[in-house]
Amino acid sequence: MGKTARNPAGHSPVVPKTTVAKGPLALDRLIHERLRLGIVSALAANERLTFNELKRLLQTTDGNLSVHARKLEEANYVACEKTFAGRVPRSVYRLTASGRRALDKYLAHMEAIIQAMK
Amino acid sequence: MMPRLHEHAAENLQFIRETMARAANFTAVPGLGGVAMGVLALAATIVAGPPRATSAWLGVWLATAGLAAATGFIAILWKARRHHLPIRGPVVRRFALALVPALVVGIVLTAVFVRHGLFAQLPGCWLLCYGAAISSGGAFSVRPVPFMGAAFMVLGALAFVAPTEWGHFFMAVGFGALHISFGIVIARNYGG
Repeated sequence: MGKTARNPAGHSPVVPKTTVAKGPLALDRLIHERLRLGIVSALAANERLTFNELKRLLQTTDGNLSVHARKLEEANYVACEKTFAGRVPRSVYRLTASGRRALDKYLAHMEAIIQAMK
Repeated sequence: MMPRLHEHAAENLQFIRETMARAANFTAVPGLGGVAMGVLALAATIVAGPPRATSAWLGVWLATAGLAAATGFIAILWKARRHHLPIRGPVVRRFALALVPALVVGIVLTAVFVRHGLFAQLPGCWLLCYGAAISSGGAFSVRPVPFMGAAFMVLGALAFVAPTEWGHFFMAVGFGALHISFGIVIARNYGG
């Protein structure tokens, strides 16, 4: 009963699994994971961020960031533009309209939980 | 269980807020541009020499300031273009709004000091005002920038208490060496 849900990446527990309900305020599991939430939040504040900037900002590894960024890309929450700086490939990420909507919805969900407890 | 749910929601909101605040930095601050500005300042120090109450001495530094500002601006545009960074929007606006007031104070004080013949006090005034501008703007930029601003301010304060004939040394150390050394750090660690 008292146990909280732990995400697959083993990051800190966030909300109990039992709260993941269906409906208008259903929790978006895709951005609920801590690193993916970080990517989406960072891109909400900064129009474009490179892979290295995100890595530095979120203090994570290449592999971890790559996996989670790809999941967000597949969901069309972020868009990635591949360019070259000289001979070095560079990935530049930005938040899509559906990614921003997902973050807004997630924020509303968290605020609703806080309000419900008051 | 319910209080924990509330705590976790608050913790998530806090995480989002902190991540957004960290991400909303002006990262197009030019390291190589800073190096170029430093080289210009060293050249100006050699040409202008110790502070003198002449229009030639003032003219050299004002011309250098204009040239350095243009260099810095072009370097920002170049870096932003190269890294696909925004040069408009709230992040840049916040950086500029933090940077500009102390620069305006510096311009006004320069006019006042010149009017009263306080040429020897100008190095301290310029270093302090520029340092204040960089410190403020640096709060919204990459980590070395506010430290560079603080170093300028320390030099400015020292310039006011040191013998006035040392003014050009402070200018060389501040606008020259500090720009070059922090420029190299920024260029190496923050993409140019």
